[in-house]
Amino acid sequence: MSMDRRQFLKITGISSILGLGTSIASATNLITGKQLLPPQVDRNKEALTAKRWAMVVDMSKFKTDEDFNKVFTACHTNHNVPDFRKPDGSPDRKFEVKWIWKAAYERAFPGQDNKYMSEHMKDMPFIVACNHCDNPACVRVCPTKATYKLPDGITMQDMHRCIGCRFCMAACPYGARSFNWVDPRTAPNLKADLPNREYPTRTKGVVEKCTFCSERLSVGKMPACVEAAPKGGLIFGDIEDPNSEVRKIVTSQLTIRRKPDLGTGPAIYYIVGGGDHA
Amino acid sequence: MKLYDGGKILIGLLVFVAFATFPFYYNFGTVNAKPEPKTDTPEIVKYQQEHNGKKECVESKEWMRGEHMQLLNQWRDSVVRDYNRGYISNTNHNRFDMSLQNGCMKCHSSKKKFCDECHNYMAVKPFCWDCHIAPKEDEKS
Repeated sequence: MSMDRRQFLKITGISSILGLGTSIASATNLITGKQLLPPQVDRNKEALTAKRWAMVVDMSKFKTDEDFNKVFTACHTNHNVPDFRKPDGSPDRKFEVKWIWKAAYERAFPGQDNKYMSEHMKDMPFIVACNHCDNPACVRVCPTKATYKLPDGITMQDMHRCIGCRFCMAACPYGARSFNWVDPRTAPNLKADLPNREYPTRTKGVVEKCTFCSERLSVGKMPACVEAAPKGGLIFGDIEDPNSEVRKIVTSQLTIRRKPDLGTGPAIYYIVGGGDHA
Repeated sequence: MKLYDGGKILIGLLVFVAFATFPFYYNFGTVNAKPEPKTDTPEIVKYQQEHNGKKECVESKEWMRGEHMQLLNQWRDSVVRDYNRGYISNTNHNRFDMSLQNGCMKCHSSKKKFCDECHNYMAVKPFCWDCHIAPKEDEKS
């Protein structure tokens, strides 16, 4: 068959347009998944919701070591947080994973101490955790968007996406993040059985921290620490709601936050002093 | 046409073919049983007794076979990022808790029969269970 130049160009032109069209059509089909309809999803009816979750910590309510430990245990057993021990039984700081812990005033509020302050005050333990900042440094540095802000103010993380780069740990000014250097399930407290079989563990190589118990909020429960704390010790609520308890406290009393001058906008407010610890 | 170093080349080719086809004749004749995933856990048997032998779950069996990975990914993003925890089935319009550990595995309580049966056959190793907790199973079953 002989063909002149003009005819040849016509045929190739038309066939390439047809080819392009079908490949686009099949590609979109692949991407959208021809059978996978957009999922119909909804929230739990019992879920607790807020415009901005926040917490008030009233240290005067924590009197004994037991008051502190109850809070830490409640959180750490609820979330299957590993507790690594040295052979002599003491906590192994090298592999430590912590969601909520205590820090001395001096360390929790650097720059807000002075040389005339009593040793008692300087050493006074404060309950600290992730501050769920308004403008979190960890979210800003995360290269995979594994950590992100939820619309209700919680700084959440998606363990599926975490690549373990630990940028967030370097960025967080509160040391709220812990890295899993080893498989958490090898820890003595998780080895035999997991304390909470409804909540996953983490895996080796991801960073974890407090989530304000977002999984409990979505089934209508208050955070585990709040439930375990002495009455009025930890108050949790919507700070954007003028009638909420947290808002009333923060409006009516003097509260301080950790390192507010960094501009991260922490959402944990501390009532210092009062009672025995003044 | 003359083949230079023909002997060496032919021996080399033979060795190559022997290596490349090794997996095929190594497994030749061994019985490759088809996977038979089972959904006859006590929880499901009880559910079916209570619901007149109804056999339906999140979506149809055939659809789930092909698409469960994408579905689970959608569920994950929806739960972790949007707080949505309920999934409305496209086939039966029931609402399901979008959770692997506290949803699927509550009824399909045998990971061995429900997950591993096919995943092992296909040699896929999803890392769900590095974090999520599989239901407890008797060693003998």
